[in-house]
Amino acid sequence: MKIEFNVNGKAMSADVDPRMTLADCLRYELGLTGTHLGCEHGVCGACTVIVNGAAVRSCLMLAVQAAGESVVTVEGLSNDEALTPLQASFRKHHALQCGFCTPGMVTTAHALLTHEPNASEERVREVLSGNICRCTGYIPIVEAVLDARSAYGSKGE
Amino acid sequence: MTLRPANSFIGSPMERVEDLRFLRGRGTYVSDVSRPNQLHAVLFRSPEAHGRIRSIDTSRALALPGVHAVITAKDLGATVPRVPLRLQPLPQLEPFHQPMLAHDKVRYVGEPVAVVIADSAAIAEDALELIDLDIEALPAVTDRASADAGDSVLFEEHGSNRAIVWTATRGEAEPAFAGADLVLKESFKIQRHAAMFMEPRGFVAEWNAETEQLTVWGAAKVAWTNRRILAGAMGISESSIEMIELDVGGGFGSRGEFYPEDYLIPAASRFIGRPVKWTEDRREHLMCANHARDIECDVEMALSKDGIILGLRGMAYADIGAYIRTNGSVGPRNVAQFMSGPYKIANIHLQTTMLTTNKTPSGTYRGPGRFETDFIRERMIDLAAKKLGLDRADMRRRNLVADADMPYPLASITPYDSSTELDSGDYHAVFDMCIKEFNWSEKTALQGKLIDGRYHGIAVGSFIEGGAAGPKEDARLVLETDGSLTVYLGSSAVGQGLETIMAQIAADAMEIPFDRIRVLHGSTSHVTEGFGSYHSRSTVMGGSAILLAAEKLKVLIREAGAKRLGCASEDVQIDGESVVAKGASHPFAALAEAPLDVEATFYNKKYTYAYGTQAAHVSVDVGTGHVRVLDYLSVEDVGRMINPLTLHGQAIGGIVQGLGGTFLEHLIYDEHGQLLTGSLADYLMPTASDFPNIRSITLELKPSPNNPLGAKGAGEGGIIPVGGIVANAVANALSDLGVEPLELPLSPPRLWKLIHAAREAKLQA
Repeated sequence: MKIEFNVNGKAMSADVDPRMTLADCLRYELGLTGTHLGCEHGVCGACTVIVNGAAVRSCLMLAVQAAGESVVTVEGLSNDEALTPLQASFRKHHALQCGFCTPGMVTTAHALLTHEPNASEERVREVLSGNICRCTGYIPIVEAVLDARSAYGSKGE
Repeated sequence: MTLRPANSFIGSPMERVEDLRFLRGRGTYVSDVSRPNQLHAVLFRSPEAHGRIRSIDTSRALALPGVHAVITAKDLGATVPRVPLRLQPLPQLEPFHQPMLAHDKVRYVGEPVAVVIADSAAIAEDALELIDLDIEALPAVTDRASADAGDSVLFEEHGSNRAIVWTATRGEAEPAFAGADLVLKESFKIQRHAAMFMEPRGFVAEWNAETEQLTVWGAAKVAWTNRRILAGAMGISESSIEMIELDVGGGFGSRGEFYPEDYLIPAASRFIGRPVKWTEDRREHLMCANHARDIECDVEMALSKDGIILGLRGMAYADIGAYIRTNGSVGPRNVAQFMSGPYKIANIHLQTTMLTTNKTPSGTYRGPGRFETDFIRERMIDLAAKKLGLDRADMRRRNLVADADMPYPLASITPYDSSTELDSGDYHAVFDMCIKEFNWSEKTALQGKLIDGRYHGIAVGSFIEGGAAGPKEDARLVLETDGSLTVYLGSSAVGQGLETIMAQIAADAMEIPFDRIRVLHGSTSHVTEGFGSYHSRSTVMGGSAILLAAEKLKVLIREAGAKRLGCASEDVQIDGESVVAKGASHPFAALAEAPLDVEATFYNKKYTYAYGTQAAHVSVDVGTGHVRVLDYLSVEDVGRMINPLTLHGQAIGGIVQGLGGTFLEHLIYDEHGQLLTGSLADYLMPTASDFPNIRSITLELKPSPNNPLGAKGAGEGGIIPVGGIVANAVANALSDLGVEPLELPLSPPRLWKLIHAAREAKLQA
């Protein structure tokens, strides 16, 4: 089936089997391998992308369900010149080690702070608890997200 | 040879170079690699835990459009190759080596039986449904009792489920126990759990029939060893194989060991004559990658009335699963050899029996054997202190190895000797610093207190962390013609920040800017030989090799400078990125016609021992058995820190993994040998909301005398004492009830049962 959708601000099309997940479509049809697959059953959150502004597990969504929608991946939250404030905060706080869960953490945090720039520590922990990181123990990730709030218009707590 | 104290990068919390690609989604992990014309492999795995294969019929699968081949054991030649051992390769363990594909028997659920090769992974998975495997089921061996009973045995020719026994000895245990004031005897269990790194395993293999060259993407941890094993299994020379290490999504001991798939995917590429790609899914990972821990132990501690530990003796039982894997002896051996930990225990006789069962084979997971044995030891010390009426902290101080005792030899071990000694340390100073930073004396008032419906408890304990396994490591330094430096290493990156750390070491050794250095690692084409990353060895071994190579490179630079400047090489000084002599200078760029290329090897036989003390404050809800970790502090001396930022991160990450093993993580089997925890919804791992209160302090008190950096292998250690310390804190909280946890995980149901039983017992009394 041919689908057309918006990916990272660009109109894209792909020819996909009805059973292909959005994650596989992004990775293998469109070459956007920044979206990672850690469990393929919706628990680990590594594959999180932003669909119409909401954080979504791309392993649990079929590619055909994304037809006509707007999808943003970690690549779409990045640029060549410099790290974004959120990414720079992750780096500063050493909020990543092996980097495999990182794209899902970045997309999840971006979606959260876009909607809730004043998110409390408790709220950040609650939202990130849907993403598994085996390396960091989460403490630096939470610190990084809290520290990045100002870039999303937080007026402080 | 030592570094100048004025160095600028070692010891500095450098932000990592790796992060720039990882944060932008530009890392390259193995499943990101695709080759032109590639096919996809999916494994057909045994659905039975134990049985004899009567027949395998692949004809229906082969008939499915898009399926190119189904490989079974008969396609692997007259003798099915088996996975040899990497560590402790004892001949008596050969009967337990795993065949690359099962052929006569299956011995665990998930054991590879066939490889389907198809146009896509989806089609190959469809074909799995069409393979007809006829198995005569045999009774499954799933625990110590059934393994010991031997009514059903995995290896009939061996005749029993007992593989081998490790024995650790020091001094004379018998007289120590005979003369003791107190002998304490308990039995402990540490549950089966696993490393559970986030990036699934995978390979892309490409066999070139014209040149008879094989390229394998997805190498990790020990690429050179695995190339040797692969070459042997495929009957080709090592030089015809290139192993390429990409970005690696976590290791923790498990990834990068040689698994059957390490052979099957390359063999499939040669079989079909096209590149073949394979990525495991999470269910496969849970069934097939190394499991770990799974120890039971009956142990006795002999004590004097003033709390001096006079002796340790006992028998541990390691459920190693269906086969002995590459490093499967390490955990069981360590349980026996390292039970004394950082304490001076003169008389030891501890054994570990390795039992085969119909479960996934086991291997190392961060702190192998040490997490288990520290749970046992630290629990025993608290139990003994209670019996003797002694202060728990004081009792530990009385038994810690003193600075003056260094180097302190640990128990010797048979049947594969690995004598080792604690290298250096002020264990008492670190213990006291932890007590102080934790506010131990104030917190003692909370012990057993009921506050807002929860009972509070505290505990403290010490640990050692082994590192720097030999025998050697290679580093190659190349001064490129543009004046930049390329560092090639035999060490591997598994997510720990190797590129940054090694660049820091190289920048200091060569006194050139950090951003002029590129670090390449882990691939077999980079250096002659490499030993990889395990046993917390990369920084010490690879880093020391860089120092040696830098000295050699400086000689070449002076010689090249002498030619440029027209003088003798001994007159040439290196000044930053230039050579100078007699007022003239020449930059490193274009110093010579060709790159200056040196390789050096660091040899080491002695392990390093980082060490530390951790303390915990918990509260327990007796209505639910839920434990909250209110404060967890680790203080560790690593001798010398290369990068405090990354080391701190690894310490915290290790502690949280330890809390996962203490409370959550459990690979559960039923009596038929079926794995009940086959998804991450069943196998629970820590998440961001579970353990927010972790602190870590890293010290540089006592450098290791065994390497030029003075560094000790570190980053693994945080996990080691967590189970013991948390269980002690829980027991302390529930001391009025007399709850004494002897088994992990401390899941709410298990703890609730202990609380309930203790209350019932109290009521009856």
